[in-house]
Amino acid sequence: MKNTLAISAVIFTIGFVTIPAVWSDDDHRWGGMEEYKHRSTGVAAVTDTVYREECGSCHMAYSPALLPASSWMKMMSGLENHFGDNAELDTETERSITDLLLANSADRSDYRRARKFNRSIQYNDAPLRISETPYFLHEHDEIPNRMVTGNPEVTSFSHCNACHTRAEQGSFNEHDIRIPGYGRWDD
Amino acid sequence: MKTPYMIFVVLVSTPAHSVLAENTAIDTLLQSYASQGATEVDAEQGKHLWQKTFQSNSEFAERRCASCHTEDLTAPGKHIKTSKLIEPMAPSVNPQRLTDQKKIEKWFKRNCTWTMGRECTVQEKADFLLYLNK
Repeated sequence: MKNTLAISAVIFTIGFVTIPAVWSDDDHRWGGMEEYKHRSTGVAAVTDTVYREECGSCHMAYSPALLPASSWMKMMSGLENHFGDNAELDTETERSITDLLLANSADRSDYRRARKFNRSIQYNDAPLRISETPYFLHEHDEIPNRMVTGNPEVTSFSHCNACHTRAEQGSFNEHDIRIPGYGRWDD
Repeated sequence: MKTPYMIFVVLVSTPAHSVLAENTAIDTLLQSYASQGATEVDAEQGKHLWQKTFQSNSEFAERRCASCHTEDLTAPGKHIKTSKLIEPMAPSVNPQRLTDQKKIEKWFKRNCTWTMGRECTVQEKADFLLYLNK
């Protein structure tokens, strides 16, 4: 009797630990099952005022955790032609933003989703567009173009917060998705 | 008799003082541009340049200040590429505008380069400041 109870307890415990890991999508693909400090579906929110001001004036202040350090290094060394725009900074500001980006990049973040971004990127590759990373493409591969690029209220995959209503707070949870003109999105 | 008079002076001069304080950045920059060769600063000239169209070989072939800021300085604009909202340029409706020298110079450098394909001259910057300060 004691034995049965002990075995049941063990089975129950194993089930309890593994079910959430199996349940959450794509863990097998982008390397799950590991312990991260933050199991949330988000990434660290951007709170730095200099970063918000300098990078967030023209576009959403993307979380540094969405690209690896190599990408940010490349980005910051070419600000005079930043996706066709001049985004030059004075030396001091450039240095402080680079430091912030590198310290919080995808490869240094302990947020689960940041790790997935990082794992999807090939070694030695330094993509400049978050929307071109393999993990991003995989996560958005079922979304028809008419909802994003063909949607006048969205127009581009780079406008995270057009659909991810809490993107600026670092949350990319499915429950927070509202596609303008279409509403909720359930994977 | 003297005390009410003093109160009157304080009340009247306080708003004027704060307006002056807000414009320090513009005054300082205008003086600096003058010392670098800007003469006969003209708001009309600034307006003309603000509305002028420039050609580019890259994305968005026709570029103007109004491409993002709109013609109306008191209205909010929209970034032509990212669609991000841009607060109005006129300090009369957006008191934060034109109060920070460093910021003014940063945006002159970035936006003159994007729009005109080169940095603005001190004369052009002085004309712009006078035109924008509405």
